[in-house]
Amino acid sequence: MSDPVRELPTPLKMITTPISLDYTITPGEAPTRFLKGMMEGRILGERCPKCLKVYMPPRGSCATCAIPTREQVELSSTGTVTTFCVVNLPFYGQAVEIPYVCASVVLDGADLPFFCLLAECPVEEVRMGMRVEAVWCEPSERKPSLENIRYMRPNGEPDASYESFKEHL
Amino acid sequence: MREIAVVSFAQAHSVRRDIVHNEVEILMPVVAEAVSSSGLTRDRIGFTVSGSCDYLAGVPFSFVMALDGVGAWPPIEESHVEMDGAWAMAEAWTRLQHGDIDTALVFGFGKSSVGELPDVLTLQLDPYMVAPLWPDSISVAALQARAMLDAGLCTEREMAEIAVRSRRDAKSNPFAQLAGDFSVDKLLADRCISSPLRRHDCAPISDGASAVVLAAGDVARALCEKSGRAPAWIRGLDHRVDSQALGGRDLTTCPSARLAALKAGVGDGPVDVAEIYAPFTHQEILLRRELGLGASTRINPSGGALAANPVMAAGLIRIGEAAAAIHRGEAKRAVAHATSGPCLQQNLVCVLEGE
Repeated sequence: MSDPVRELPTPLKMITTPISLDYTITPGEAPTRFLKGMMEGRILGERCPKCLKVYMPPRGSCATCAIPTREQVELSSTGTVTTFCVVNLPFYGQAVEIPYVCASVVLDGADLPFFCLLAECPVEEVRMGMRVEAVWCEPSERKPSLENIRYMRPNGEPDASYESFKEHL
Repeated sequence: MREIAVVSFAQAHSVRRDIVHNEVEILMPVVAEAVSSSGLTRDRIGFTVSGSCDYLAGVPFSFVMALDGVGAWPPIEESHVEMDGAWAMAEAWTRLQHGDIDTALVFGFGKSSVGELPDVLTLQLDPYMVAPLWPDSISVAALQARAMLDAGLCTEREMAEIAVRSRRDAKSNPFAQLAGDFSVDKLLADRCISSPLRRHDCAPISDGASAVVLAAGDVARALCEKSGRAPAWIRGLDHRVDSQALGGRDLTTCPSARLAALKAGVGDGPVDVAEIYAPFTHQEILLRRELGLGASTRINPSGGALAANPVMAAGLIRIGEAAAAIHRGEAKRAVAHATSGPCLQQNLVCVLEGE
C-alpha cells in the first residue's frame, strides 16, 4: 500500500500579492507655515497661547492644551543635545556611513527637541548638554523639508548644564 | 446595566478634499466643541476613545498624532479602534459599564481624499484569494446591487429616489457635502460607473470628523439639564459580523444587521427616526428590511452617508445625528446604524430614547 502522506502535494509556502497605493498628504496649516520658513532658511516654531511652550516643528496644536498654536516664533539654529545614540548597525537603505550619531536637540527658544544627525565630531565625544549649531544646505538646494538642515555640529560653546535641559528630555 | 446617554455631538463640515488642514487640524475644533457643549471640561472626561484607519491616512500610527488635538497631558485613559468611531462608541459604552467613571469622549476622523478610497478599501478583503484581484469597493457593492435587482428586491428607480431624497434632506444639514434638488429621471439618464451603480448610488468621498460625549446616569441628567437638551439614552447596543467570504454570503440579505437589530431591541417600540449608514443606495433598502424599519420611520433626515461620507467618522455621525434628534425633542425613540467592511459585512445598531 502506498503511503498517503508521501503522496501529498508539495505544500504552498508563499504567495506574492503586490500592493501599491498612492497618497497625496496635506501637511496642514501649521506644518505648511513651518515648511515655507524652511524654504527661506528660517526655523519657525509656534507658541501655545496658553502654556507658552514653543513647538518645533509645529504640528498645529499644543498637545497639552489641545488648542491651536498660531504665534510664530523664529528660532536660532543653535541648540543643546538632550540625548543621542550612536548607530553602528548597517541596514538596507542606510543613507549615512556608520558609525554616525542621531541626536535629539532642543533649539534655543524651543520647548521640544527634534531629531537630527550630528556630525563633524568624533562619535566618542558626543555628550548630553553639548552645544551645537545647524549646518544648512545651499540656498539653491532648499526644498520644503526639515532636511534643509543637513546636520548639527558642535559650535564650541561650553556644555549646557543638565538643569537647563532636563525638562526637554 | 448602567444607563448611558449621548449628551453632546459635534462634527466637521464634510468636504471632498481638504487641502489646507491635516487630520489633527480638522479634528481639534470638533473635539473641543463636543466637550464644551457637553458642559464638561477636559479634565472631567474619564475615558477617551477614537476610531480611525492608518490605511486611509497613509500614515502609520496616525491615531497617536490625533491625540495632539485632544490634549493627552497630563496622561489620560485612552484607547483606539481601527474602525469607524461608532465602534469606538461601543467600547466607551462598555468601559462606562465598569462603573468607576461617568464620562467618555468618543471621536472618529479621516481624510478619504488622500488616497484612492475605492482601492484603499480593497485591503479589507480576503488577502489571499480576493484582494490580489483588486476589486474596488464600488465594484464589490455593485455585485450586491445586481443580486438585489435580479431578485426583485429593488429597482434602479427606487435607488435613484433614495439619492434624490438624501440630497434634498441634506439641504438643511450645514455639515453635508452633497445637497440639492435633483430629478430621478435625470439621474437615471447618467451612465453606470460600475453596473448597475451610477454616481448617485455611491456616497461621495469626504474628509471629516465627528465626536460625541457619553455620560452615565445622574451625571448625564445634570449635564443635560444645564445644556437644555433631552438626554439621548442608549437603550440597546449590539454589533455583529458576517463572513468575510463574499461567495459564502447571500448578498441580498444581511444576517448580522438583522441580529444586531434584534439584540439591540429595535422592534420593541416605534422608531421615529433612523440614521442608517448606507454608503450605496441599494444598501438602504436592504438595511431598512433587515433592521425592521417601517414606513412610519423617517430615514436619514441628515441626508445620510449619500450626502457626506467621511470614512471612520460617518458611522459615529449616524449615532450623533440620531441622538441630536432626541436632544432637540424631535424624536422620542431613534435608531442609529453603522457599517464597515464590504457589502455591509459588519453592522452596529444602537437604540436611543429620550426620558
